[in-house]
Amino acid sequence: MNTLAVPMPSSALDQDWRKVLRWGLICGGTLIALCLVGMPVELDRREIIERYLSLGYLSVVLVPIVIGWVSASQVVLEGFESRKQGLFDLVTGLVVGVIGGGLLSLLMLALDSWNLRDPLVNWSPKLFRFLTYENGMGFGAGAWIVTCGVLSLAGASLHVMPRLARRTVGIVMIGLLSLSVLEAAVSDVSEGFGLEWLTDLIYAKKGGLTLTSTFVVGAVMAVVAALTNGRVKAVTNRYREMEGIERQKASIILFAVVAVLCIVLPMFLGKIMNELLANVGLFLLLALGLNIVVGLAGLLDLGYVAFFAVGGYTTAVLTSPNSPWFAPELHFGFSLIFVVVFAIIVGLVIGAPVIRMRGDYLAIVTLGFGEIIRLLFMSDWLGPYFGGAQGITNVPGVDLGFAMVKGTDPRSVFYLVLFFCVIAIYVSWRLQASRLGRAWMAIREDEQVAEAMGINTVSAKLMAFVVGAVLAAFSGAVLVAKVGSVFPTSFMILISIIILVVVIVGGMGNIAGVMVGSFVLIGVLGGPKQPGLLQEFQNFKLLIYGMLLVFMMLKRPEGLVPSARRSRELHQDEFLQDAWLKGDKPGIDDDEDAVPLPVGDGGGEEE
Amino acid sequence: MPTHAISTKSARRLVSVDRFLTFIRVFLVTVIVIGLLAFIWQQFDADNPFARWRNPGARGLTGDQFKGLLISGLSQGSMYGLIALGYSMVYGVLGFINFAHGEVFMVGAMTGFVASDKFQANGMWESNFLLCLVLIIVMAVFFSTFTAVVMERVAYRPLRNSPRLIPLITSIGVSFFIQNFVLGLFGPSTKSYPRLPEWLAKQRSILTFEIAGTRLLVLAVAATSMVGLWYIVERTKTGKAMRAVAEDKEIASLMGIDVNRTIVTTFAVGGAMAGVGGILWGLMFRSVTHMTGFLPGVKAFTAAVVGGIGNLGGAMAGGISLGSAESIAPLVILEPLGVPGVSQLKDAVAFTVLVLVLLFKPSGLFGERLSSEDRA
Repeated sequence: MNTLAVPMPSSALDQDWRKVLRWGLICGGTLIALCLVGMPVELDRREIIERYLSLGYLSVVLVPIVIGWVSASQVVLEGFESRKQGLFDLVTGLVVGVIGGGLLSLLMLALDSWNLRDPLVNWSPKLFRFLTYENGMGFGAGAWIVTCGVLSLAGASLHVMPRLARRTVGIVMIGLLSLSVLEAAVSDVSEGFGLEWLTDLIYAKKGGLTLTSTFVVGAVMAVVAALTNGRVKAVTNRYREMEGIERQKASIILFAVVAVLCIVLPMFLGKIMNELLANVGLFLLLALGLNIVVGLAGLLDLGYVAFFAVGGYTTAVLTSPNSPWFAPELHFGFSLIFVVVFAIIVGLVIGAPVIRMRGDYLAIVTLGFGEIIRLLFMSDWLGPYFGGAQGITNVPGVDLGFAMVKGTDPRSVFYLVLFFCVIAIYVSWRLQASRLGRAWMAIREDEQVAEAMGINTVSAKLMAFVVGAVLAAFSGAVLVAKVGSVFPTSFMILISIIILVVVIVGGMGNIAGVMVGSFVLIGVLGGPKQPGLLQEFQNFKLLIYGMLLVFMMLKRPEGLVPSARRSRELHQDEFLQDAWLKGDKPGIDDDEDAVPLPVGDGGGEEE
Repeated sequence: MPTHAISTKSARRLVSVDRFLTFIRVFLVTVIVIGLLAFIWQQFDADNPFARWRNPGARGLTGDQFKGLLISGLSQGSMYGLIALGYSMVYGVLGFINFAHGEVFMVGAMTGFVASDKFQANGMWESNFLLCLVLIIVMAVFFSTFTAVVMERVAYRPLRNSPRLIPLITSIGVSFFIQNFVLGLFGPSTKSYPRLPEWLAKQRSILTFEIAGTRLLVLAVAATSMVGLWYIVERTKTGKAMRAVAEDKEIASLMGIDVNRTIVTTFAVGGAMAGVGGILWGLMFRSVTHMTGFLPGVKAFTAAVVGGIGNLGGAMAGGISLGSAESIAPLVILEPLGVPGVSQLKDAVAFTVLVLVLLFKPSGLFGERLSSEDRA
C-alpha cells in the first residue's frame, strides 16, 4: 500500500475558510459565554502574576490559545502522511483569533449600548470595565482583537516549533500555572518546614507570583525541562519493562516513599491543608468504591450516594446521644461493624432488583433509589427515627484511646481517612486480579460471553454492589464523625455525579487513576460543598465538572491515567486497524507526537 | 464432579435472587392492596377498625377532593408526557437515554420566563395574552430545539458507535453543564412567571369537574402538540424516515434516508415538545430555577418506561398515568397506611412506580418499539 499524500495547500492563504470561520465563531462564542457566565469578573480577585495577570484574565486568555492550537492541528487519517506544518497553520490561528476577538468586541459594544442586566445577571458595568481595562471602548476592542489574534497565533505556532521547544514551553507554562494555583499549598508546606523566606520571595504579599520570580522560576523550569528531556519517559519505560522481583522491588520502594510522605507530610501542614487532604481522602474512598462498581464491573450506579448516606446515618444513630429514637451511644469502632452490615444489606436490596436490567435502565433506577433514600431520610414518616430535615447532631468524634479524632482537628481526621483509604486501595488492588475481579471485567466487556464462560454474573454483580456499598459507607461514617452531624441534604445526587466525574477523569478501572482524579478534581476544584485550592472557582466548579465529563467522554474515555485493558477495550477498532496497518507496512510512527486522529465515528484520540 | 458442583451452586444462587425479587414483588403488591382496601373501606365507613388500625385520624376523601387530585394528576401528567416524548423518540432512534433532555425542558421554561417577564413589563401580557402565549411558545420551542440540536451535534454524534454507557455518561455531563451554564447566565434566584390574566385563570366547572383555567390551558396545549406530533410521525415523510431509522439505521440509509439528518430532526422534534412542556410548567407552577429540569426529566423518563420506551402513544399515556399515580397514590395508598406527611413522598412514589414497572413488566404498559439491536 502506498502512502497517500494529503493535498498540499498552494499558498498560505489557500485556507479552508469555512473551517477557519467555524473555529473563529467557536472562539468568539466561548469567550462571550465565559464573560456572560461571570467567570472573568469573579476570578479577577485572584492574582496569578502580581499586577500583570489575574486568574480572570487568564481564563479569558487561555481560550484563544487553546482554540488556536486546536484549529491549526491537522487531521491525518490513518495511512495518510501528515503535511509539514508552517505558515499556513499560523495564518489559520491568526484569523481564528482575530474573529474571536472581534466577536468579543461586539459583546463590548452591546454591553455599552443596551442594558440586559434584568435576565442576564452578569451583564454589568463591571464586566465592561474588565473588558476595556477601564480605558474606553475603542482601546478595549482594539486590544482584544490584537491580543486574541496574537495568542491564537501563539497557540497555532506550537505546531510549528521543534519538539524540544514545544515541550519546554509547555512545561514552563504548566509549571508556573500550578505554582501559582497551588500557592496556598506551597506556602503551607514551606511554613511547616520553616522555609517562609522562600515563599516570601516567590509570592507577592497580596497573592500571585511576583514578576521577577516568574522569570526566575520560569527560567529554572526551562532548564530543568531541557535537561530532563526524554529521561522521564525512559525511566517510566524502564519501570514498565521490569519484570518479576525487580519490578516488585521498585514497587515496594515507590510505595514506601508514598507511605512515608502520606504519614509525615500532614505533620508539617496547617489546618486548611489538612482539611483539604481529609476531604480528598473522603472522596477518594467513595471513588474507589465507585471504581469497583463502574470501572471494574461496568454497572453505572448513579445512586451511589445512597450507600454514603447509609454509612453516615448508621454511625450517627449508633454513636450520637441526640439520636431521636434509639441512642446506644456506641463507640465508633463498634458502630463500624453495623455500618458494614447495613451497607451489605442495602447493597443487596438495591442490587437485587436492578442487576438484570439493561445498563441504562440500571443507571436511572439506581438514581431513583438514591433519591428515594434521601427523601425517606428527610420525610416526616421516618423523622422520629432519623430526625427528618433537622438531621442528627452532636455525633461524637472517634476516641482512639490515645487520641481523639474530631472535625476540629483535621490532621487526625486525615489519618483516619488515610487508614480507610489504605484498606480500600488494598482491597481493590487484591480484588482486581482475583477471580472475582476478572469476572467483573469479563462482565463489563461482554455480559453474554462472560455468562457463557461459566461466570455467575448475578452473584458477581451483586458482589460489586456490596463491595462498593461498604467502601462508600465507610466514607459516610468518617464524614459524619468529622462533621459531627448528619443531614439529608448532605446526600444529594450531585455527589454521585461528582464521584462519577472523578472516576472517569482519573481513569475507570485504575486505582492510580482514581487517586489522581480525586487529587486533581477534589483537591484543586473542590467537592460539592468543600472548597479546593482554587476557592474562587466555587461557583463554576460544577460547570467545569460537566464540561470535563463531556470532554473526557469525547476525547479520552479511558481517563487521564488509563488502565491498559480498559483503553484497549475502548479503542478496539483503532487497535485492530493499527495492527493491520503495521502488519502491512512495518515501522509506522507510534511515537507520542503522532497527530491526534480525527474524532470521527470511532471516537477517541490515539497516542 | 467439580463442574457439576459449580453449576448447582450457581443455580441455587440464582434462585435465591429470584426468591428475593418475588418477595419484593409480593411485598409491594400487598402494601398497595392493603392501602387501597383500607382507603375503599374508609370511603364507606370512616369509623371502621381496619382503617383506624394504621391511621386513627383518617378521614377519607370527598368526591371533589378526588376529582381535584385527578385533574392535577392529569395536567401534570400531560406535561411529563410531553417531555417523555423526547426521551422515547431519542431512545427509539439512538438507543440511549438522553439524560440532558430534562435540561432542554428547563431551557424552554427559562426562555418563557424571560420573554413573558418582558411582555409583562410593557403591558402586552395583560392586553393581548393570546398573542403573548403564542410568542413565548414559539420562542421556547426555538431555544429548546436549538439546545437539543447543538447537544446532538457536539456531544452525541461523535459517539454514535461507542459502547452503550458512554453516550449516557456524556449526557449526564451535558445535563450538568447546561444546568450550571444557565445558573451562571441567570443567577440562582427563583424566577416567577407573571400571573395569568383573570379571565383565563378563574375556576370553571365542566361536567361537575372544578378546573382552574390554567390547567385547562395546559391540557389543551398538550393535546394540540400531541396531535401535531402524531401527524408528523405518522403522516409525513420525515416521520416515516424517523420510524425507519428507529427500526434499523443501516437499512434505512440503504433506502436513501439521510440518517444524520433524521436523527437531528428527531432531536429537534423532541426538543420542541420539551419546550412546550417548559412553558406549560411555567404557566402552571409559575416558578423556574436552573434545577427545574432535573426531577421532571427523570420522571418523564420514568413515564417513557411506563408507557414502553420507543412508543410515542405509550409515552403520553405513561406520562398521564405517572402524573395521576403521583398525585393520587400518596393520599389513597400511603395515607390509609398511616404514613405521615405523604405529600413529601410524591417524588419517592414516582421512582417506586419506575421500580414496579421494571419489576413486573420491563417492556412497559404498551410495549417497547425498539430496533432489535437495542433490545439486548
